[in-house]
Amino acid sequence: MATFQAGLLYSESHEYIRVEGEFGYIGISDYAQHALGNVVYVDMPEVDDEVTAGEEFGAVESVKAASDLISPVSGTVVEINEALEDEPELLNKDAFGNWIIKVQLSDPSELNNLMDAAKYEAFCAA
Amino acid sequence: MNNRLYGNLIFELSKEGRKGYSLPKNHFGSYEIPTSMRRSEEAQLPECDELTVVRHYTNLSNNNFGVDTGFYPLGSCTMKYNPKINEEMAALPQFQNLHPHQPSSTVKGALALVKLLEQSLCELTGLAHFTFKPYAGAHGELTGLMTIDSYHRSRGDIARKKVIVPDSAHGTNPASAAVCGLEIIEVKSLADGTVDFEDLQRIVAEQGTEISAMMMTNPNTLGLFETRIPEIAKLIHDCGGLMYYDGANLNPMLGACRPGDMGFDVMHINLHKTFSTPHGGGGPGAGPVGVREGLQEFFPVVSPYYGNFGVMMRAYAYILSLGREHIKEVGPLAVLNANYIKESLKDVYELPIDTICCHEFVFDGLKDKSTGVTTMDVAKRLLDYGYHAPTIYFPLLFHESLMIEPTENESKETLDGFIAVMRQIAEEAKTDPELVKTAPHTTPIGRVDDVLAAKHPITTYKQLVNDNN
Repeated sequence: MATFQAGLLYSESHEYIRVEGEFGYIGISDYAQHALGNVVYVDMPEVDDEVTAGEEFGAVESVKAASDLISPVSGTVVEINEALEDEPELLNKDAFGNWIIKVQLSDPSELNNLMDAAKYEAFCAA
Repeated sequence: MNNRLYGNLIFELSKEGRKGYSLPKNHFGSYEIPTSMRRSEEAQLPECDELTVVRHYTNLSNNNFGVDTGFYPLGSCTMKYNPKINEEMAALPQFQNLHPHQPSSTVKGALALVKLLEQSLCELTGLAHFTFKPYAGAHGELTGLMTIDSYHRSRGDIARKKVIVPDSAHGTNPASAAVCGLEIIEVKSLADGTVDFEDLQRIVAEQGTEISAMMMTNPNTLGLFETRIPEIAKLIHDCGGLMYYDGANLNPMLGACRPGDMGFDVMHINLHKTFSTPHGGGGPGAGPVGVREGLQEFFPVVSPYYGNFGVMMRAYAYILSLGREHIKEVGPLAVLNANYIKESLKDVYELPIDTICCHEFVFDGLKDKSTGVTTMDVAKRLLDYGYHAPTIYFPLLFHESLMIEPTENESKETLDGFIAVMRQIAEEAKTDPELVKTAPHTTPIGRVDDVLAAKHPITTYKQLVNDNN
């Protein structure tokens, strides 16, 4: 069964963000990796690319489907998780331990639009 | 049953120096290919005798599964029977041996056939003109969107670069729009599976002056009829956009209603779906595009000549052999067959939207999820029983989509046989889940490692040899 990690913020399109100061680590939730099935490719942006809240910044391909990654916040990509290039299955092994991009937030107030773990769990159950 | 030896790869059957040909004596002297045009190393071709080649490919062809072999309920693909009379007509030497560069005065019969097919499609769809140049459905989508784009540009309406696509749409819709250089806006579906009209109103209110078109499939990919089409068409037309009809699901509409009457301006037809031409392995296909009066002048030139003429002949043979009266029964019978399967299985498979469907419907996996048996497992197990699997994991609205489309051709006995097997698999999932999870067991190749295949596909013999070394 899917787990819901406390301390993270979640979007309705099943991305999470772990905020540390002015930076945020963005990945897909455990619920999302369960639904996608075996992940075979992660399409990531490049460092210095701009991301916008609510807009696509990459894609995750599984044996079942290709899904857009939607950024929960706006900002600049400062790092990508290069390990996912060779081992996309890390998202299945530990979705919360393997973030996809690290972003410098340009508007931290956007975080108020996201859900905490309890709200997100209820959202997924609905 | 596949012979062990001849089932090997043709390269594995190769024996150095063995030949299946003998060239005639050269009476013309030698001719050297210029060095610059010669390959730098020997071509690595398999060397086999004729009989080995024949046995190898005949064994392979025995592994094929098609509509002529068995029931093929592949949702959204309309795998209907391709009547043999279509082939007879397409093989008429007067048509089959035409050359594309013949003077048009010598091919008037062929040109008349194209015109007659166009008239038939206009009558069936309520549109005014068709172009037959597109080679397949997706090519038709692109052609249709290019037509719409030229129309807007001809009016100086250059800001219209956005296409609205429902979240239940076929993946080709956003792909075609992207290839055409257009931006995609996704409109949500309601819990009942139809387009969220209020979400659409919000999109139009915000971005109406930039909307080029809305692409819709009706019935949609859940096999549900979009009842609010008149309001949707009015909303899009009022903001200056055009309505595009994805003809993938045209089959159940035959004889019931017409896209042109619903307010659609442009559409494509997959002749290999609704009009019983072969699906082929990616071709030859045909995706004619129809338009409302006045839009035909914006048809782009997307291919030379008239498209795949042999496919058009088959489609016309199908239309004529059914005739005006009988073609009206296609849609209702396809709908009846789909509903019969749906109602017969919904107690053991999860039916997320329980309503009357059109030509196809979607289960969300087995009803009893506790066994861990997935839609993929059910699809693989069906192969053991000699059925082609339904479409799986599409549409993306559900996690375990299993999309079944029987078409109008199948007898009640065929449908009952399929229903019995689907029920048996549901039972096996409870009593012996491992049997289902490790299926198929009776096919020449068992369960394929789809993760490895996606991450590291081996597509040539050379690569296979290199990988093994």
